[in-house]
Amino acid sequence: MNDVAIDVERLARRYGRRWALSDITFHVPPATVMMVAGRNGAGKSTLFRVLSTAIRPDAGKASIGGFDVVRHREDVRKLTAMLSHQNYLYDSLTAKENLQVAADHLGLRRNGVGALLEQVALNSRADDPVSTFSAGMRKRLSFARILLQEPRVVLLDEPYGALDPPGFDLVDRVIRDLKSRGTTILMATHNWERSSKLSDMALVLEAGRVVWQGAAGEVMEHEVKG
Amino acid sequence: MRKAYGFIVLGVVLLLVGSYVGLFVAPAEEYMGQVQRIMYVHVPTAWNWMLAVLFAFGSSIAFLFTANTKWDARQEAGLEVATLFAFLLCCQGSIWAKPTWGVWWDWDPRLTSVAVLLFAFLGILALRQFVDDPQRRAVWSAVATIIASVDLPIVYYSVKWWNSLHQQQSNPNTVSSQFHLPLRVNAFGVLFLMIGFIMLRTRLANYRLAREMAMPPVVSADQAGELA
Amino acid sequence: MMLAAALRKEILLQWRTRSQMMAVFVFGAASLLLFSFAVGPNAEMLRTFSAGFLWLGLLLSSTLTLSESFHSEMENRALEGLLLLPSDPRALYYGKAIANWLQLTILGCALVPVMVVLYDAGTTQLLKLLLIILLGTAGLSAPGTLYAAMTAQVRAKQTLLPLLLFPLIVPALLASVKATSLVILGDPMQQSRSWIALLGAFDLIYWSLCGLLYGRVVEE
Repeated sequence: MNDVAIDVERLARRYGRRWALSDITFHVPPATVMMVAGRNGAGKSTLFRVLSTAIRPDAGKASIGGFDVVRHREDVRKLTAMLSHQNYLYDSLTAKENLQVAADHLGLRRNGVGALLEQVALNSRADDPVSTFSAGMRKRLSFARILLQEPRVVLLDEPYGALDPPGFDLVDRVIRDLKSRGTTILMATHNWERSSKLSDMALVLEAGRVVWQGAAGEVMEHEVKG
Repeated sequence: MRKAYGFIVLGVVLLLVGSYVGLFVAPAEEYMGQVQRIMYVHVPTAWNWMLAVLFAFGSSIAFLFTANTKWDARQEAGLEVATLFAFLLCCQGSIWAKPTWGVWWDWDPRLTSVAVLLFAFLGILALRQFVDDPQRRAVWSAVATIIASVDLPIVYYSVKWWNSLHQQQSNPNTVSSQFHLPLRVNAFGVLFLMIGFIMLRTRLANYRLAREMAMPPVVSADQAGELA
Repeated sequence: MMLAAALRKEILLQWRTRSQMMAVFVFGAASLLLFSFAVGPNAEMLRTFSAGFLWLGLLLSSTLTLSESFHSEMENRALEGLLLLPSDPRALYYGKAIANWLQLTILGCALVPVMVVLYDAGTTQLLKLLLIILLGTAGLSAPGTLYAAMTAQVRAKQTLLPLLLFPLIVPALLASVKATSLVILGDPMQQSRSWIALLGAFDLIYWSLCGLLYGRVVEE
């Protein structure tokens, strides 16, 4: 499977009378990690929701692997996996069952699920309902769900959020692992320093607009607190 | 929008003519007497109600296929006019039924179907009120209107069978030839009125949609930073 | 196949939340009791209207079941998660509609003994009664699942679902009550066949139509 690029051109999205995103343009080459930084409300989550095809843009274009997010939604979905703020989990099902449901819908076999739970250090809680999970554990389960999809493009909306230091290390491991497999990764973050070490490129959003983009090594000079 | 007002004026004129003939010139019906004269508005309203439902249905399908919000505006207008006419039909039916059968409602299949669809459309109008996003409102309203409109013939047949097991009342729709002129005049009168209403209502809906979907002012990054 | 996957998940979810089903049954049985209080202790009258009470009770309970079926889909946006995998919205629809149908059928069958006891409304034609319940609840489930998906995403969801659903299912309600009534009170002219046929036609139309339209309702 070829490595996949992300192309965004003058993308815009509004909510009511407010532009959540305007005139967003950037290109992510294949097998690259790009961090998307910015304050709360800068538009990071909205951008990710458009790229994941959960919502449509109001103007501009975006394509993943050459497939337009509006006209070829299904093709984009086959290539992409998203780690969302809402974790896409069923609270009344166990961790294992949540992954099995995803595996069933993907047409995959169920027996790989156990290994994935081990990878995110949840195998001891495999048979506990997700309603008993902490926010950090839910995030780890969401990671397992992403790995299940074997995506070419991964959209991580604040992967470090609600995690403890061992959790941070786990996320770094997963990102490096994905990167070594040629996955293109887009990562929204508040953790500028940690992310910039893992990323190749960086994009800074402010009030729905791109205020800076360049190499990840230089992003710390543009850090915005908050 | 002089066309719309033109239609309305024409419609009112025709209705006045038709109603005059129907009320004062046409002879009273043999068996039902003066009460039967309500047919001169009831039947035209019924015909035009069906047209309004068809229009709302057609607009819904058109919107789902073209995603052009003008069809949503037309659908909203069609829905409201159809709801209004359905309500009028139920009132007219009751006014006819009370002196004739002694009850306000006699479960006539046609009128009962109208009542069911009246409630269905009221539900869809309520749905429109509760959804803020104009795009989503349009899609859901179209879906609900299609589902409700498809139901109309099914409701009619089921009520017909259901009621046929009980009394068999003569329908208030048998009209012999000497009454046709005022009926037709009024039918066109209501039709033109309806077209005028729909045109005006569509224009209103289009204005509101334009306002809702108007692109908000684009703000530069510096200003945005201040506002944030 | 994706439909099998969707159905499997729905049944599992329903099994996990089965305590709610018990509560809905109690609600349905309580409403049957209330109907008899509203009508009075006239055994003859109660028996005559027993079919109507059964189906009204079932209809009222269905709004609880149907709206509940989307609760777990919305709390963590799980439905969106499935759509993004990607999943075919039609498979998701039929999975949920079938599961809701199953639940309503079980509820209907559970309410039958309540009806028998409260209204002295028994019958020996149990298979026919089961068929009517199956077809009638199918008529509730198809549009009900679609509208529940819609109303789960708006405010005032509690009032909107019955407002939209009740006028629509009038034919199914009429036919189910009529057919059930004939089974309980006697059917000398073999009319129940036509009502069952009407139910079948209603189900066919709405199971196809709603499946087609579901994608537009759950996707942006």
